[in-house]
Amino acid sequence: MKTYELLGEKPTRFGFGEGLVALGERHSNVIVLGGDITGSVLTSMFKDKFPDRFFSIGIAEQNATTIAAGLALSGKIPFFASYGAFCALRNADQLRISVAYNEANVKIGGGHAGISVGPDGATHQVLEEVAFLRTLPNMTMLVPADFEEAKKATIAMGEMHGPAYIRFGRSPVPMFTTPDTPFEIGRALVLREGTDVALIACGAMVWESMKAADELAKKGIQARVINSPSIKPFDFATVTAAARDCGAIVTAEEHQVHGGLGGAVAECTAKNAPVPIEFVGVKDSFGGSGEPEELMEKFGLTWKEIYASALVAMDRRDKGSSSVRAIKDVPQYQ
Amino acid sequence: MDVATKQSLDFNTTTFGNERKDPQDLIPIANEIRRDIIRSLVRAGSGHSGGPLGSADIFAALYFGGVMRYNPQDMHWDGRDRFVLSAGHMAPVLYAALANAGCFPKEELGTLRKYNTRLQGHPGRDMHLPGIETSSGSLGQGISIAVGMAMSDKLVDGSDRRVFTLTGDGELQEGSVWEAAMAASHFGLDNFCWIIDNNDCQIDGRLPDVMNVYPIVDKCVAFGFDTIEVDGHDPADLMRGFDHFLGNQARGTGKPTAIVAKTYMGHGVSFMNDKFEWHGKPPSKDQAAEALNELAMMP
Repeated sequence: MKTYELLGEKPTRFGFGEGLVALGERHSNVIVLGGDITGSVLTSMFKDKFPDRFFSIGIAEQNATTIAAGLALSGKIPFFASYGAFCALRNADQLRISVAYNEANVKIGGGHAGISVGPDGATHQVLEEVAFLRTLPNMTMLVPADFEEAKKATIAMGEMHGPAYIRFGRSPVPMFTTPDTPFEIGRALVLREGTDVALIACGAMVWESMKAADELAKKGIQARVINSPSIKPFDFATVTAAARDCGAIVTAEEHQVHGGLGGAVAECTAKNAPVPIEFVGVKDSFGGSGEPEELMEKFGLTWKEIYASALVAMDRRDKGSSSVRAIKDVPQYQ
Repeated sequence: MDVATKQSLDFNTTTFGNERKDPQDLIPIANEIRRDIIRSLVRAGSGHSGGPLGSADIFAALYFGGVMRYNPQDMHWDGRDRFVLSAGHMAPVLYAALANAGCFPKEELGTLRKYNTRLQGHPGRDMHLPGIETSSGSLGQGISIAVGMAMSDKLVDGSDRRVFTLTGDGELQEGSVWEAAMAASHFGLDNFCWIIDNNDCQIDGRLPDVMNVYPIVDKCVAFGFDTIEVDGHDPADLMRGFDHFLGNQARGTGKPTAIVAKTYMGHGVSFMNDKFEWHGKPPSKDQAAEALNELAMMP
């Protein structure tokens, strides 16, 4: 089995920016709409290369989303990017009616996702949009784990037909995939084999899961690590197989523990192979200012919580559990 | 109910052409649209009466006065002008206009709001009814979609296709309407025509009582629109408004056009006329008969 190693660090938003340029070169009907923060979400790369196919809409995310729908209904492939707080939630109704119900070929790039945004604080750290977008009919929802995967996901969503959303972050995150690593919408990828416990993650938490697996291996526990960038459509087969093979699951995401990747895994396994699941994520709270690393520690988004959760999930599998716990109760690393 | 009334509840097969005509010749078309609105609403047993009846003259001018270019046999024709009903709840008037243009059999108007119908309570693009360009019904969105379409036509494709949209006046309370207006003007969309159905009514009451949006004309002007006020029940005045827009586009003024059409909710049916209570309900059978009798006396 291929092994993955650390190749450096880079923000996923750069993968989005490069993916857009690649799409622009391949398809003359790719249009990009700017929402004033083009340098931050890297739509500026497309703007510089294809100024005739870039339109600045200003700070008006509802309008940008619906204008994108109008462009899509005219045969164009419009991308609109902003911070996820504003291009997934402020425009939620526009996404629901004008984009999803219309099955309009609109692509949204949502930056500043998760707590790792850092100093900007809670208003800009979107932690809820995966849950929302996952419930929209016709919507594709992608959360790439690193730079290379973000680039591939951007290109893939541009070349499929239908509404799609990609979530990316501001701060540098570990790179471990290469141009040769497989990526397919609807597919999860097993990064590390194991049958003792399954660690299923997306975004920046994928590499944290790999670190947790290394630590678990030191105790003789072989964890299967699964990168699940395609939240919708979801890879039911890979997740079901993991539940059946391992009998215990930890999900990890830079998102509320409610309704995101963990929700998707729970829905899948409840139906196909019910097993104990521990949910690592933000525990029903808003974020705050600080350096990304500090915040990831504070909000329990490191390999340590994944490691501790794996032990609890295995324990529940082996001994059963009669206690009643809330989803947001995440085991602490001792 | 006499025989004549019973017959008038059924849909006929008459259709109308879209050639330029004497404005007076649009009056019988508007009234046929009104009759079809009543016929479809009474069958549906729910739906909006006031706005559709009040805007029938606008739709008669738009679809039958040679303003919009379309082919009823092929509503996907690439060269067509497009219409977006931003006020999606006014669907009955759009459906009636499209049926009277021959886009689909008028009989289908009898399926309004029924299970599996192409005539959804609010327009649904997923039902593929010829002439429905987009889903709409969540207010304040259709106008933005129309701006995106006009951008695609003028700025990306360099075509002379036109995009028309109709919003209600209560809809102007949605802030996103003004985001769209700002963009239409910013991008110099002289191929974009915004019709405001100004009947001064919304579900809860008169506009100034619910939330004042006046002065509407001043707002449109301030947002960069070439704005013209017309009598929304006078076909000649409506054609003057549309001709003004067509002239703006032909001259390449670089300004979008707003037509503020003064109308009365429920116009054409006396017991509904200018009554906001008729915003969101259908006529009963008896009321429908009364309405059709009144409309039958009109041209």
